[in-house]
Amino acid sequence: MTEQSPSLLPAPRIAPAIASTTDPHLEIIDVTKNFGAQAVLKGVNLSVAKGGTTAIVGPSGSGKTTLLRLIAGFEYPDTGSISLNGRQVAGNGAWQPAHKRHVGYVAQDGALFPHLTVGQNIAFGLDHSALDGGRRAVRDRVAELLDMVSLDPAMAKRRPHQLSGGQQQRIALARALARKPELMLLDEPFSALDAGLRVATRRAVANVLNEAGVTTILVTHDQAEALSFADQVAIMRGGTLAQIGNPFVVYTRPADRATAEFLGDAVILDAWMEGSLATCSLGGIPVRRPPAQGAVQLMLRPEQIRIAPDGPIRGVVVDTDYFGPETTVRIRLAPKPGAGSDHRFPGGGEVITIRHWNASITKPGTELCLRVVGEGVAFPVEN
Amino acid sequence: MSTVPSASVSQGSTTTAGKGKRPRPPFGVPALSVIAVLIALFSLLPLGYVAYMTAATGWDTAAGLIFRPRVGELLGNTILLILITVPLSLVLGVGGAWLVERTALRGHRVWAVALAAPLAIPAFVNSYAWVSAVPSLEGIWSGVLIATLSYFPLVYIPAAAMLGRLDPAIEQSAASLGLGPWAVFFRVVLPQLRIAMTGGALLVALHLLAEYGAFAMIRFDTFTTAIMTQFQSTFNGTAGNMLASVLVLFCLGLLVVEVRSRGTARYARIGSGAQAKPTRLRLGVFQLPSQLALLALTVLAFGLPCWLVLRWVLLGGSAIWDAAEFIPALLQTLAYGLTGALVTTVVAFPLAYLAVRNPGWFSKALELSNYVTSSLPGIVVGLAFVTISIRLLPGVYQTSGLLIAAYVLLFLPRSLVNLRSGLAQAPKELDEAARSLGKSPWLAFLKVTLRLSAPAAAGGAALVFLGIVNELTATLLLSPNGTSTLATEFWSKSSEIDYSGAAPYALLMILLSAPMTYLLFQQSKKVAGQ
Repeated sequence: MTEQSPSLLPAPRIAPAIASTTDPHLEIIDVTKNFGAQAVLKGVNLSVAKGGTTAIVGPSGSGKTTLLRLIAGFEYPDTGSISLNGRQVAGNGAWQPAHKRHVGYVAQDGALFPHLTVGQNIAFGLDHSALDGGRRAVRDRVAELLDMVSLDPAMAKRRPHQLSGGQQQRIALARALARKPELMLLDEPFSALDAGLRVATRRAVANVLNEAGVTTILVTHDQAEALSFADQVAIMRGGTLAQIGNPFVVYTRPADRATAEFLGDAVILDAWMEGSLATCSLGGIPVRRPPAQGAVQLMLRPEQIRIAPDGPIRGVVVDTDYFGPETTVRIRLAPKPGAGSDHRFPGGGEVITIRHWNASITKPGTELCLRVVGEGVAFPVEN
Repeated sequence: MSTVPSASVSQGSTTTAGKGKRPRPPFGVPALSVIAVLIALFSLLPLGYVAYMTAATGWDTAAGLIFRPRVGELLGNTILLILITVPLSLVLGVGGAWLVERTALRGHRVWAVALAAPLAIPAFVNSYAWVSAVPSLEGIWSGVLIATLSYFPLVYIPAAAMLGRLDPAIEQSAASLGLGPWAVFFRVVLPQLRIAMTGGALLVALHLLAEYGAFAMIRFDTFTTAIMTQFQSTFNGTAGNMLASVLVLFCLGLLVVEVRSRGTARYARIGSGAQAKPTRLRLGVFQLPSQLALLALTVLAFGLPCWLVLRWVLLGGSAIWDAAEFIPALLQTLAYGLTGALVTTVVAFPLAYLAVRNPGWFSKALELSNYVTSSLPGIVVGLAFVTISIRLLPGVYQTSGLLIAAYVLLFLPRSLVNLRSGLAQAPKELDEAARSLGKSPWLAFLKVTLRLSAPAAAGGAALVFLGIVNELTATLLLSPNGTSTLATEFWSKSSEIDYSGAAPYALLMILLSAPMTYLLFQQSKKVAGQ
């Protein structure tokens, strides 16, 4: 978090996902699914481009795993349709069962077959007759796949329970890749791993899938994972997709407050919107495409609020949480005497939470000068 | 596209099952449910028979047959037997389990197996051994002696399994709250054993109600021996039927008592997760008395009967090994045991599959019906099958098929419990993984679910086999003419006081049972808490 980069221009790594929706690999239209009386999916629309990476992120119970299982063919949608490569595989009377969809699937715990060796697990889906050269060809292919997921080919003789969690996940990926699927579904594959391993495994998996050019859908409840993994993020809440967009857009311009708070820490302040300028306790903040005029709620990301000696806003440190590389600082903004009478100019006094790298200047009671960089996002006032 | 129908069927399945997120089995749940319902209805036949007979007899006749001194005497005998034997078995079983699992008992690994060993000796063989040594044994106290020695392992095995996996952190917390070792045992350990104790006590009580041979041998009358006597004299008399209905009421009452006394213990069970190994209490000066007590118990329950059987075998010499007699008996026992085990496993599979993959009130009800049937004594099942087959299907009376069907009903839960835990180790995710790897639902089921549950199925089958080898009562009632099993052959010989002649059969039964008993002991460690 450098203090000199207020640029909020879109990063270059994104965008193919949305651009090529004309030829989607996967198309989900108005899919609903009920379990008994409980509506789990209430009309989901999603389009995934060929070769793209999509993350479906949402709190547990939002229906994201159900959606993935519908795509895999383990469940049948109540209404709506699912198409792969323009061919309908579910809905409107069409049905293609899981084993005919050529869709790879990696479950949360890897779901390795405990009664088979690693090699046998990887070879499980291989069509032995289709491989020329019989056993030898199978062995070579297994070695090749193990190499692809950066594991030692000697591991083929081991049993799943002899492997670490990260290794099991990579074996599960190799097993799913063996059939060269065009679409790979990952159901929270990293959540069972500890923090360090999670990042390393995620990166390794992303690289493998990227090199293989496989369209990938990742389901996760971890927003950081979703934002770092995918080039299209779909936020699921209460059985619908609340927002779909590239990671940068959904993080910096969330569609609603719940999405904003789900994707990361947010500073929410009452504000008064006039034109494209929102006035709040942090001063006037520009807002792109304001949804309303007058009273709104303004959302800023904590990292947009910087401690700067020449900053125009004053605040006193209430307390701090020290995390090592950075410190979470709660700051009470200075009240603005007299402004409170006019509802257009908020009176200050709110407590906001920001992050700072230097703990020594954020002792409780210290008065700080603050500056806001970039744009804010305005939401209509919730009643 | 053979799988298309299964997909459309599955939609119905979620509604029939009435319960959410369940995977679609390779074969439709409805089809499976129909099979399971048929099995459950079939298993309710004996109960239905007793109810029908009681109703058909009419109240006056029934009352006249039930409220008479003879029934009062049987009732007194049975109640007294249960009231004395069950607490004794609890003390021996829980005490033994505690010594073996939680104290620094020397050689506790050996003792752990030794205390389960008496289960390899059928109660009627035990009774035979004692009577052959002490011919004057008779009446309630002899019954209590033999029953306790035969059945205390039924409490010991679940109690030991439970004790072995109790979270020691709870006991340590109790100690840190100021409780001494004795207080910890009575206030913390014992309450956690509640499920094991009530379950074990129920098993002991049901065995007491069902046992025929052991009590007939020492001329101690219970309902079961009285029904058998009635059956032998009047074949299918109303009096016998009325005794059976009282016996069934007794069994159902015990089930209710067990469910009640189990209470909320089920919900208080500790969760899974890594836990420390329990610490063992030092015995100090109690080491020697404990060793002696366990030695005495093992000698009485296992050593003595084995030695007596061996002694009769040796005394009999080569004369008692009449190949023309015991080889057919052995072969027929093996044939019945293997066939019965196989059929029972096949029948149990749909029920277990539904229970694991599609839990809900429906599969619970199915399980309950089997549970109730399995609590019925062999004599009632036998009687029901005799009557029903004679009246409705004379063709099947005294066929081996009918006997196998009775075995299936009697021993279904043994297979069910094992299959359930086996299927639980083959979660639907693995099945789905196989399907996402291009295997058709049937192939995925075959290569993953069936393959993974096979060891558990084999374990359950082994226990059914053990049950059939040692089954006497229903076999006596239902076996085809000319059939002899080890148990029936042993019974006819020992009834004629031919102790030497009976000995080879007793020995063979013990030898066949021993490995299965060891298996049961091993399994109890794995499925503790079930």
